[in-house]
Amino acid sequence: MRIVAKGLKYVYNPKSPFASTALDGVDIEIKEGEFFGIIGHTGSGKSTFVQHLNALLKVSEGYLKIGEYDLAEKKCNFLELRSKVGMVFQYPEYQLFAETVEKDVAFGLKNFRKELNEEETRAAVKEALETVGLDWNAVKDASPFELSGGQKRRVAIAGVIVTKPEILILDEPAAGLDPLGKKELMELLHSIHGGWCKTIVIVSHDMDEIAENCTRAAVFSAGKVVMEGKPSEIFSRADELLSLGLDIPVTAKCARILQSRGIKIGTDFTCDDFVKQVLALRGKGGERDDE
Amino acid sequence: MMNDVTFGQYYPAKSFVHSMDPRAKIVLSIAYIVAIFLANNFFGLAAVTLFLVIAVAFSRVPAGSVLRSVKMILFVIVFTAVLNLFFYSSSDELHVLVKWWVITISWESIINMIFLAMRLFLLVLGTSVLTLTTTPVALTDGIESLLTPLKWIRFPVHELALIMSIALRFIPTLIDETNRIVSAQKARGANFETGGLIKRAKAMIPVLVPLLVSAFRRAEDLGDAMDARCYSGSKGRTKYKKLTFGWRDAIGLLLLAGLITGVVFLNIYFGGKFAILNYFL
Amino acid sequence: MEAVHFDNVRYSYREEGGEYAVNGVTLTVREGEFVAVLGRNGSGKSTLAKLINALLEPTSGTVTVFGMDTLDEKKTFEIRKNAGMVFQNPDNQTVASIVEDDVAFGPENIGLPREEIGKRIDFALKAVGMEQFRHATPSRLSGGQKQRIAIAGVLAILPKIMILDESTAMLDPKGRREVMEVVRRLNKEQGMTVILITHFMEEALQADRAIVMHNGEVVMDGAPEEIFARSEELESYNLTLPRAAYICKKLQEAGMSVGNAFTAEELAEEICGSLQKG
Repeated sequence: MRIVAKGLKYVYNPKSPFASTALDGVDIEIKEGEFFGIIGHTGSGKSTFVQHLNALLKVSEGYLKIGEYDLAEKKCNFLELRSKVGMVFQYPEYQLFAETVEKDVAFGLKNFRKELNEEETRAAVKEALETVGLDWNAVKDASPFELSGGQKRRVAIAGVIVTKPEILILDEPAAGLDPLGKKELMELLHSIHGGWCKTIVIVSHDMDEIAENCTRAAVFSAGKVVMEGKPSEIFSRADELLSLGLDIPVTAKCARILQSRGIKIGTDFTCDDFVKQVLALRGKGGERDDE
Repeated sequence: MMNDVTFGQYYPAKSFVHSMDPRAKIVLSIAYIVAIFLANNFFGLAAVTLFLVIAVAFSRVPAGSVLRSVKMILFVIVFTAVLNLFFYSSSDELHVLVKWWVITISWESIINMIFLAMRLFLLVLGTSVLTLTTTPVALTDGIESLLTPLKWIRFPVHELALIMSIALRFIPTLIDETNRIVSAQKARGANFETGGLIKRAKAMIPVLVPLLVSAFRRAEDLGDAMDARCYSGSKGRTKYKKLTFGWRDAIGLLLLAGLITGVVFLNIYFGGKFAILNYFL
Repeated sequence: MEAVHFDNVRYSYREEGGEYAVNGVTLTVREGEFVAVLGRNGSGKSTLAKLINALLEPTSGTVTVFGMDTLDEKKTFEIRKNAGMVFQNPDNQTVASIVEDDVAFGPENIGLPREEIGKRIDFALKAVGMEQFRHATPSRLSGGQKQRIAIAGVLAILPKIMILDESTAMLDPKGRREVMEVVRRLNKEQGMTVILITHFMEEALQADRAIVMHNGEVVMDGAPEEIFARSEELESYNLTLPRAAYICKKLQEAGMSVGNAFTAEELAEEICGSLQKG
């Protein structure tokens, strides 16, 4: 399913002294199969935008279509849409509520697919928990509140992917995790991407994370999409990003300094590609264009 | 996105009424209510209305916003008024207009209904001027200060005020959190909008449990943060903010004293609310 | 002078003992030092922080702050006056709905007169660069601003030690930069002793000294550059290198002659140097 938004607008508390425009005409297209990154600092409208994708906020002005679902249409089957577009909120562990991990993960499945029987539900829950790297026998009867922070987050993610959504949206999925936890989470996302989960959209502040993982990305600022493209394209416009108060990946920062010294280096910003490029330069003794 | 201390009714503006001492406003509101109930004829209520109009004018709050506050309890007002209309028994058989089963409508009951409805309207409108022009924080400060004498009878004024101000401080945070949890569960297919009462109540469990868990977590964090900042009860504690009683407050209280005197005078001069009937019947 | 001293300290969250969150830590932090404490979630670093200002009492061993034993209840107040602490969640630390009232909370608790509290508020808000938000509502501020207010609330008590317990974990990069900037300035300009608990490796680079905790024990202790140079050891504690250091290591492994680098700037410098030589 493809996500297409045109002229999407949203105002919080309209017609009150506290009215604030969160989206001011968003145009964006996210194709099936992408691992898409959404960048922007707090208040740029990115969270408001992703909440539209799940129909948690209704389209008030503009056009938004996901596959065949027209979200501006009142008759749109939002429940069905939500089963196909999974949404993992920031700090999702704070939504856990059931007595056992199994019951919590089953919550979404029971809401979306009432036709499943006990065994089918259990099998799906087991699969989801194993997908997120938890030991079924060890956690199924445990209280979600007794688990460690990292485990809680995995349970919460399992609770969303249990319906095998075609599109998975994650708002700051790695926030608050330690470095290894972050790395493992990204590996988890890559492991499901391309299977039943065709498209992944992550909202992230961490530019290194975007550079390492995403196929394409968009930069939000003041309720609009101000840049859209491959990470290498976006991060090669470092000055613009910095002027928006955003960071750039370490690799881009380094490449920028090298370029300013006249060393030609490409703008592919994953760590491994950057290393390759530097090593390739070495052979040529650091190509310089002296002016 | 209820990210505001100014939740509830507060209408931000810079005005005469906004800059009054919250204590003066609380005292004024109480005295205003007393005036409403003191008035026993329409002239008295007219005087109260005049006072209200002046207060609204000097608050710079649009009249629409003030009137909106009545909307919530309009039903209550109409209901009480109708009950009064039907069941108020007239002392004078001549004034009875309709008599059917247990229902009696008389001139007296009509007047009584109008009088009662007016009182309720004035009551709600007046108190809403207080909440529209005073932040909850200022209200808490005002209440704490007014309750200070109760410390003598070991009433925990400081603790009460602290609890109130912390509660106020966390309301926006918890509203945000509730919205977030509701959204998260909706994304997992939860349905809060349809079904019977029991089904809906059950649907709230996935929201209430995480909310409660989070409230406890926040309370624990806050406790640590307060400990770390040397909190150890009211003993030896000083206070930074002092409320100051200014010229605006003096004017307000003066006007109010005038109002109450006026109402008492009108009561004596024109007699009870039914005296008006003598002019028409 | 010794600001904080741990002498063979153990702490268990269970009454009956066992499963020590902090397990036999002996450690000294000198006055004016900027120490970063690194470690995975659950390594005991937050417990360590709470032991310093008597929010937790050691199960065994002693913790002293400027010579005062945290087990001595008569000293608790004095210890907390000296060792201020900022926590992780920016939403859970403010008690008041207006910035200046919140900053006043600490000074009010230690019983300062009104005029003095006013001065402290001026000073603290200025130190964190939030003077213009004096009458603002904390809940409307950004995460970074909220944390700066929390720091101001602690500063207003004029502590000698500032403990930051993962205070940057929930912030966006901008907020993190703001907070780190304030902390660094406090350390450099006012000689404040800083104990920064974090899992952002990059932040540790700004400290004079880094400590790595693993399963409740201090397993590495030294200058941040020194710690990051021992990358295999670091990885065995499930920590990663700062990204620039990681790239640098990859280049070294591929046989490129670059010296150790920890930031993008240093890395660029090393690459330049190496390319010119080659």
